[in-house]
This record gives sequence, structure tokens and C-alpha cells, in this order.
Amino acid sequence: MQGDAPVVIPGVDGSNLVPSVVALDPAPAGGGRPTVTVGNTARKSLIETPERVIYSVKRLMGRSVEEIQSELKLFPFRLADDVEAGEVPRIQLGEMKFTPPEISAYILRQLKRNAERFFGAPVTQAVITVPAYFNDAQRQATKDAGRMAGLEVLRLVNEPTAAALAYGLDRAKVGTIAVYDLGGGTFDISILKLRDGIFEVQATNGDTHLGGDDIDNLLLAIALDEIHAEHGLNLRAHPGAVQALRKAAIDAKIQLSTEPAAHFDIELPNGDRYQREIPREVFELLIEPVLERTAGPCKQALADAGLTPEQIDEVVLVGGSTRIPAVRQLVDDLFHLAARGKKPHTELNPDEVVALGAAVQADILAGASKTTEEMLLLDVTPLSLGIEALGGTVARIIQRNSTIPASATEHFTTGVDGQTNVAIHVVQGERELAADCRSLARFDLKGIPPMSAGLPRIEVRFLIDADGILKVSAREQRSGQVAKIEVKPTYGLTDEQVESMILDSFDHAEEDFTKRLLIEARNEAETILSAVERAPQSPAWKQLTSDERSSIDTARDRLAVIKQGTNLAAIREATLALDQATRHFAELMMDAAVTTAIRGKTMNAADEELGEAVTAPHAFAPVEFK
Amino acid sequence: MLKTLDTAVPIACWSCSIGHSDSTLFCPHCSKIQPPPGGDFFHVFGLERRFAIDLSALEHEFHRLSRKVHPDRFARADENERQWSLADTALLNDAYRTLKDSLHRTEYLLKLEGAEIGEEHAGKDRKDPSKVPADLLEEVFDLNIQLEEMRMARKTGEEDPALQASLEQAKRKFDGLLDEVDQDLRAQWQVWDEGDLSARHAAQKAMVALLHRRRYLSNLVRDVTETLGA
Repeated sequence: MQGDAPVVIPGVDGSNLVPSVVALDPAPAGGGRPTVTVGNTARKSLIETPERVIYSVKRLMGRSVEEIQSELKLFPFRLADDVEAGEVPRIQLGEMKFTPPEISAYILRQLKRNAERFFGAPVTQAVITVPAYFNDAQRQATKDAGRMAGLEVLRLVNEPTAAALAYGLDRAKVGTIAVYDLGGGTFDISILKLRDGIFEVQATNGDTHLGGDDIDNLLLAIALDEIHAEHGLNLRAHPGAVQALRKAAIDAKIQLSTEPAAHFDIELPNGDRYQREIPREVFELLIEPVLERTAGPCKQALADAGLTPEQIDEVVLVGGSTRIPAVRQLVDDLFHLAARGKKPHTELNPDEVVALGAAVQADILAGASKTTEEMLLLDVTPLSLGIEALGGTVARIIQRNSTIPASATEHFTTGVDGQTNVAIHVVQGERELAADCRSLARFDLKGIPPMSAGLPRIEVRFLIDADGILKVSAREQRSGQVAKIEVKPTYGLTDEQVESMILDSFDHAEEDFTKRLLIEARNEAETILSAVERAPQSPAWKQLTSDERSSIDTARDRLAVIKQGTNLAAIREATLALDQATRHFAELMMDAAVTTAIRGKTMNAADEELGEAVTAPHAFAPVEFK
Repeated sequence: MLKTLDTAVPIACWSCSIGHSDSTLFCPHCSKIQPPPGGDFFHVFGLERRFAIDLSALEHEFHRLSRKVHPDRFARADENERQWSLADTALLNDAYRTLKDSLHRTEYLLKLEGAEIGEEHAGKDRKDPSKVPADLLEEVFDLNIQLEEMRMARKTGEEDPALQASLEQAKRKFDGLLDEVDQDLRAQWQVWDEGDLSARHAAQKAMVALLHRRRYLSNLVRDVTETLGA
């Protein structure tokens, strides 16, 4: 929060977004350790070394080996060979294997670093957002990832709710709003009632495996089939080429949000070119089935909230995929917006609004701010909680859309004389048979005093906390004994596993914060220095005045000396000074690159990301492996 | 210095050890949040046991109490305070969820008053012919045949406008019967809320019967709606 408003902290590359891409760079040839890179840097490895990169890990969080099989068909990464059913899946990345929470922890760690760099102080607590429709296992996996990243997770906030907070900050409103959140991998719909600063969620629904990725994959599948048919080339055997094609598909999708048509023009590994025009009408027909899958959850959420579309005062759009005009049209139809002279809210950047809302929630939790002291979020559990009853049916004990924290108390007894254990199977979902619901955990109530069958009365209390995560406690009422509960999560890591992963994690050891900042500052200094070393070779150098050149030289020499020392502030200041001295030069370089691109001589120069300009900020030193 | 606020047995505050009434959310001495107070869901909101309640006052009180006890207000408090905030808020939410819904509230209060109401699990009752209200026996029989025909027609892709119209009419009829049950329930609320012990006893019996009828009818309506909408 800056004053009354939340702001997004940019990364070192200047970008507000850190794409959820993690790459394992090979160990340097001269020996040493492989390094992990995150975000835009990792994204570049996708085409060259797709087998060492993982993206969209959110879709794998809290899921079983069986569940992610179909998911993995669409992705270049693979399960480790030795993974067994029932285990938390491990993904093979080059020569190493990682569970989804570990991958996620790398991303969180990068965000933690970005924040620490911004504040110049350690960051140890966090509010993390999750799709509203995440189940218990997916939430627990997210919390585990936070812990592995060295963060105390103060709260998991549902993404659509967070977006509502961000929008609600500057408009003290009374009304009913729907948040339609279609991101890269997940879809959520939440309906909230706003009153006197209280954001009360009425109903939520969604699909944790539906999003922009599915649209990319549709475009990709068509291109792959056509390439196979027209050029006799099975690109599926060339992961790098598939990723290049995937990038082209994403670019086409983005282009189609503003243009009537998009073009594919790709060079194939055999030297042929694949050229294809996709008119927007064709694109919209293609993605209709994907978008249509969001309609059911919207209708269900309205029904659960007991509301008609007309009773929704405002609709907020969240997630990059809501930039697609067809999505906006669908939302308009679902909530009868145009007919009522209304438009959905898109004022806040759909990629950032959730993060802004999380900052508002963090401010509420910190409890020291005038801006948010009147605000309170009352969220719900997205899925019903039940216990497997006789015959495999489900006895619901907490209904979906119950405000959390929510609790239920159930009583159990024994079926055999002297029985000292009772097993309870807890499931989440809306189906009538336990086998069709999501198995959460099996609880074994132990240490029941031996009595005749049916005599013990074991009271089990189920509590869904404010993060949407289940907690269970039990007591034998006749003896007053607290029964010991052994929780075996059906999916997910045990506490011991998380602990050992924290220990294994290479940069766990209470990092010396100042030392790390110093190393990072030196790395930044070195990056800019080496860029300046190469500057005289650039044609733009000759366009500088001699004054400009000499001030660059002075700033360069000064930084070269200061970076040897240990004064963090001085190194940063000298880096900034050199950055400023070379600003004009960087602009000239950019101009030259753009001109070249316009002349059509080389697309590559223009394709380079802006962050690549000579004086632009510099990637963090890659994380080092043990 | 024991100080009790009402006749409730004083219990010692976990933080300052001074005794206080067990029905308070915050210790009157040290202001620390306390474990969930005893009593029923009505007690949570300071309400008497009644079937008819003022819903907007209930919502207002729910928001007021939420602001005081919600875990978001205790994110940085110590372990004890966080634990009691979580437990108090769970109770508050459970109580609000039960009381704000007229059917849940009716069932809850009837149970508190000792009435026996069957549990509903996954729509078990509706297949049991003995549960069909006597006056509906014939219509339900006809309706089930029509529903079966409709499902068959759907499977084979046939359209049967006459059947469709007949089912829609049946749905309207059962919707109307549901409304009647709800009106009857409200009338019994009033009898109970305002009546003496014997009037209450009679009203309780009437309400239990109405709830059974209501559950049956709403399952029927759901079946018809699902079949029509499929």
C-alpha cells in the first residue's frame, strides 16, 4: 500500500508481472550447479530447452498422479519415471525432480525477493491468492509452497474476492456484484453483497481447469494438425518447435482481441513456412465450447445466491482472458448487462487487480490503517464437505457456500465390542457417492476406551478455517478422553515432507539478508558495467556528445570502484547514477532497433524484450543449486 | 473480586483469570476475546427462541459481531486469541446461516424444543412410497410415470409437446402446494411464538408434519425441474 492505494511492485526487469514459468538451467560446463530461473528469464528457455521448463504449475497443485495425466498431455513437461500412484506427483525437470509446491515456492521466492528489494527490508509474511474454487488439497499445497518459500501465510484469499476488494476500495457502495474471473488456467465466478464495508460472498462456483491455456491449446492443436497434413511434419516430436508454435498461438490470440484477423507465419524445422490467417469469426467459433463452460458455473452461483441476473448491480472482469471480446459478449448475455444499460468493470488491469486486492486484505490484517479499518471480507467455502456413510453415500456436514470459518459436529460410535479405532473418510464435492467426490483425508480416531459396541460416543468437530482449510478434532464423550487423530491426507504432502523439503531447499538456511542484497546489488552493477563496456561498439555511441560520453565514463569508473566495497546504499546509488548517465544512449539504441525493425531488415531486434536494452535493469543473479 | 453480569456461572478469563459471565465474547476486565459462549444459536444474537425473527436486524447484528470477532481482526494476535476468534466466528457463522433461512431456523428450533425430525441425506426419502403424503398418492404416481416417459423421450431425442406441457402444469401445481405449506408454516410460527404451552405443543406437531410434506414436495419439484431442464 502506498498511502491509500495498493501498488504492484515491479520486478528487476521492470515488469509488473512475473510469469509463472520456472526453468532449470544446466550446470555450467566447467562444473558447478544447475540454476533455477523464474519468470521472463525462464520463459526464454521454453523454446531452447523445453524439457527443463515448467509453466502453469497452478493447474497441478494439490492433484494426484492420476488426475494430472490428462493435463500433462498438453504440456511439454513429464512426470518423473519413478512416481507411484498415491504419491504427490514429481515433475522431471532436466536431471532433477520437483513437486508442484516446490515449483510454486520458486515463484513465491522470486516475488519475495522483488518485494525485499523494493522495501530494502526482509519480507516474512504474505497473503496469497488462490482460485475461489480451489479445494482443500489445492489450498493446502499453496500454503505448503508459501512455507517452503520462507513465508508465513497470513491468509489465503480467493481471487475473485480479492478483485472485489480492489474495486471496492474507492467506492463505498451498497449493492450486489458478480466477479467473473477467467485466467490462464482457472475460472471462478463469485457473487458478493457489499454493505457498510462488509464484503459478504453469497455464492461462488468455477472450474479449476479452464482458462486461457485451453484456448492456446486449441489453436496449437489446429496448427499442429495442419502442419502435419500440409507439410508432412509431425512437430509433436520437436518440443522446442511446439513451444515456438505455442508462443505464436498466444500472440495470435492476443491480436484477435483487437484485430479482425491474426496471422501465423512460422518457419518449420525443415525450412518450410507455415502460414495461416485466422479471422476472428473462426476464432470465436473455435473457442465457443471453452467459453460456454463458464456459463454453467455462473448460473449455478446465481441460483445458489437466490438471485436473478437482473439483481446483479455490477459485474467485474478479472483475468487476462476477459480481454477477449467473445468473453465480454458472453458475460453481457449472462447478466443481461447491455439490456440494462450497464457495462462490466474493466478499469483495473485484469492481470493486476487480484494482487491489488491481496494488498488490501494484507492491510486489513495488519489492522493499522484508516483506509481499510471498516472493511471486512466474509468469504465462503466453494465445495460441500461430507463424510462417507454406509454404502458409499455422502452425508453432507457443511454445505457449499457456507460462510467461513464454518463448523459441524458429528457423533460416531463403534460397531464391534472393544473396538478402539474408528476410521472416517472425509470428502469434498457435490455428488451423492463418495467415490465421485474428491477424497480429502482419512481420519483414524485412535485410543477409544474399549467398551461394548455402540456405547462410545465420539464427538468429531470439523472446522473450515478462514483459509478454507479443514481442521478436525475429536473427543470421546463418555470418558472425556481426547481421541488421537491420525490424518492421512489423500493427496498432498505431510508436515514432515514439507519440513524436509524446506531443509532440502538450497536457500533455506537463514539467509543473511544484507549479504544477499549486497550480492544482488553487485550483480546489477556488473550487468550494467558490462553493457557499458560494449557500448562503444554500438553505432548509437557515435551520436552522443563528448560531454555525454565523458560523464558515462566517469560514472562507470566510479561504480567499478564502489562495487568492490560493501556499502549497499553506495553501490545502488552509483548504479543508478550510471543508469541515468546512459539513459540518452539507451534511447538512441532503442530508436535504432525500432527503425531497423520497421525497415524489415530484422525482426529479431524488435522482438527482443524492452528489458534487454543496454542500460535496462538486470536480472537477479540466478539462484544457485546445492 | 468476582463479578457476574447475570445469573450465569462465572468462569475465569483465560488471560486475566478474573471471573466473568460465560455469555460474554470479551472479558469485561482485560477486554481479551473469550471462548465461544454457551447457549443456543438464538443466544449468540441475544434473541429469544422464536420462529418469526427480524431478518434485517439479524443481518445487522451479524455484521456488527463479525467486525469484532473475525480472524482478520486477530491476524497478529497471540495464539490463544486467534484460536478463540476462530471458534467464536465459526459459531457466529453457523448460527447466522441457520437462523437466516426460515426452513433451517424452523427445523433448528423444533429440534431445540425436543421435536423429532428425520435427517435428510442425499434425497433418500423420495423413493420411499410410504413417505408420500396420502392426498398426493395418485398424482405422484402419475407424475412419476410421466417423468419416466420424458426421460426416455429425451434419450431417444424425441419431442413430446403434450408431455412437456403436462409436466409444466404439474410443476406449477406442486409449486403452488409448496407456497401453501409455507403459509401454513408461518401461521404455526405465530401460534407457537404467541401461544401457551399446550398451543405450542400442538403447533410443534403441526410444523413437523408440514416440514415432511414440504421436503417431499420440494424433492418432486426438483425432479421435475431437472427433467424439464435436461
